Amino acid sequence: MRRNECIAMLLAGGEGRRLGVLTKDVAKPAVHFGGKYRIIDFTLSNCANSGIETVGVLTQYQPLELNQYLGIGSPWGLDRREGGMHVLPPYVRQRGGDWYKGTANAICQNIGFIERYSPDYVLIISGDHIYKMDYGLMLQSHKRNRADATLAVIPVPWADASRFGILSVDEEGRVTEFAEKPKRPESNLASMGVYMFTWQALRQALIEDEADPQSEGDFGKNVIPKLLREQARLFAYRFEGYWKDVGTIESLWEANMDLLAAEPALNLNDRKWRIFSVNPNRPAQFMAPGASVRSSLINEGCVIEGAVNRSVLFHGVKAEAGSLIEDSVIMPGAVIGRGAAVIRAIVGEGAVVGEGCVVGSADSKQIDVVGSGDVVRTRPSLPDAAMLEVEPL
Amino acid sequence: MKLPMMGVINLIHEQEEMGALTAGRCLATVPFGGRYRLVDFVLSSMVGSGISKVAVLAHTKYRSLMDHLGSGGNWDLHRKQDGLFVLPPAIEDMTDFGKGDLYQLFRNRDYFSRSPLEYVVIARSHMVCNIDLGRVLEEHIGKGSDITVVCKRWPNARTGLARKVLVDEEGRITDMQDPYGRLASDVVSMEMYILRKELLLELVETSLAQGKDHLVRHAIMSALGELNVRAYLHEGYLGVVNTIPAYYRHSMELLDLEVWNDLFFQPGPIYTKVKDEPPTRYLGGSEVSHSLIANGCEIEGAVEGSILFRGVKVREGAVVRNSIVMQNGIIGESGMLENCILDKEVEIRPLQRLRGSSDTPFLAVKRNVI
Repeated sequence: MRRNECIAMLLAGGEGRRLGVLTKDVAKPAVHFGGKYRIIDFTLSNCANSGIETVGVLTQYQPLELNQYLGIGSPWGLDRREGGMHVLPPYVRQRGGDWYKGTANAICQNIGFIERYSPDYVLIISGDHIYKMDYGLMLQSHKRNRADATLAVIPVPWADASRFGILSVDEEGRVTEFAEKPKRPESNLASMGVYMFTWQALRQALIEDEADPQSEGDFGKNVIPKLLREQARLFAYRFEGYWKDVGTIESLWEANMDLLAAEPALNLNDRKWRIFSVNPNRPAQFMAPGASVRSSLINEGCVIEGAVNRSVLFHGVKAEAGSLIEDSVIMPGAVIGRGAAVIRAIVGEGAVVGEGCVVGSADSKQIDVVGSGDVVRTRPSLPDAAMLEVEPL
Repeated sequence: MKLPMMGVINLIHEQEEMGALTAGRCLATVPFGGRYRLVDFVLSSMVGSGISKVAVLAHTKYRSLMDHLGSGGNWDLHRKQDGLFVLPPAIEDMTDFGKGDLYQLFRNRDYFSRSPLEYVVIARSHMVCNIDLGRVLEEHIGKGSDITVVCKRWPNARTGLARKVLVDEEGRITDMQDPYGRLASDVVSMEMYILRKELLLELVETSLAQGKDHLVRHAIMSALGELNVRAYLHEGYLGVVNTIPAYYRHSMELLDLEVWNDLFFQPGPIYTKVKDEPPTRYLGGSEVSHSLIANGCEIEGAVEGSILFRGVKVREGAVVRNSIVMQNGIIGESGMLENCILDKEVEIRPLQRLRGSSDTPFLAVKRNVI
């Protein structure tokens, strides 16, 4: 990719309300995933690995931790003399300022940023999804089609299709219909929220959308349908591979569990496509005598004295003697006390499950969650998360 | 807090008996502790103590050193002011290579004279420790010493090569001998010397002018009578890693959780080159206990009493016992290792069995396929 031929705008302001206590203090893109990463690492690494060297990251909800994490983009190789990563919060102009009201509105408010680089193409992505994708290939397809916009799509099971933005395409891949969460889907091609635009077409569309008082300033609801009505050249780009929206506790847990398969659909150990992240500088993990670890993903700095089975442990987790962690996700620095058990649960960053306490249960339908920094002191055995006696530190 | 002190890591004429482990690299970059190189410990200690200007006097086989250190960013030494300086040997012809460290210090004296920092700490790379040098400097200034030598009480006969030091009741060093000397003392030198920059330059110039070119032997050991040379006793962990038995022994000491907590966290973290390896994957049949395991490994077999570096694969049915497997090693199906040290990228074929003894571990050379 030629320098600044294409720049990326990464929407990272989402609250992720359905992640509950996990997004109490952080934006969804900063939520931990996969034993080492935060959700946003995947899209930033995709940019870095695709050769996109200018990335604007639009932040809004609870940006402190996310901003600190992003820094100047060094972990992703995006601290560049020209371009590189820029954090773009909403700002005030002479005639006042506004929060980002929708995805398209957020980009519209940053037309000035984009024009500083005068790119030919602008890639719109969000920091909410887990996937590895070469945006360079998508750009090639976009150029081949002389498209105004290209939407990355992925086939989803028909039963789930009504949860997504669904596209119908003709035999050339041109989009014929777009329906946001249709009751009766006519196709199972879901939009991944990854859009490649020819900048002039996008610029025009954003300005028109901004002028429309009826519009909510959203790509899926407003901008894409309008372009389609106006018969702009909209194409679909089929993505084959792992893609997951980790918007709920269940899907976050599931996506973590997906990594534990013997041949995981998302290979994190691909030297040609590294997922970069901020390094926590912890020593190699310590497996004590008597530890037992199976079918799990464990990060640096952990001290394991108990049993871990089918679980994902982030850096610096302590699992004390006699503890059991099963089918769970344990976020950085959490402590699972002596004889405690965590089953089918997510334990937040720095949380403590006290000695002998039990969180979750094997036959529970839901995934129990212990919020960041919470201390669980309830002895066995309460199956319901709502009944956990939780006190903040 | 920033210290008024610069660091020098002296790699000139490193004394070592590391065999094949230093065949293609200098002692400073011998891998240690699952994800580190030896030099990381002293370098991280310096940075953690508030030192922001560090020179590494490279001497031989320093490709891996340059690769590892890069611009110093991983140690937060990529700075606009100060930062990391790798100083390759400043020789005019090959005979200069044999000259001692005083000669190299002399040739690089601009590094010292340009800086306003008043003190210098000179260290070696093979002392595995985590130390607050700010406290050493405080004591150095408080006691009015000319030179402070960081030492460690080392009661048992140990396997590494370290100078012995005789300290009187007031903490003054009265005698110092090379490792093979017969000096009766249970205190060893950690080869870290703190002194004023001006004194260092004076020692460098005077000694060289007298035809002597060895910092410790000539400038310090022979001046114990005239200068106030004092010992600072380090309380934390120490590994003197310059022989293969010492390498093996100190590696295995990391399997003690107290040592792990002490060396890697107190008083600060140990930094190293970031490799962006994913977390380690344990598969269905893994049996792992009493081991230190770095990221990026894939473990299907059994690992016990061992240290696995980044990206090691232990296949189904394989057994790794009391061994050290460096980066990207592969232990094939039903392979067996006991008391072995595998250098980087060694592959053990399926069903292969290798065994050393705990005194003399079997050492496999880098990239061997066995």
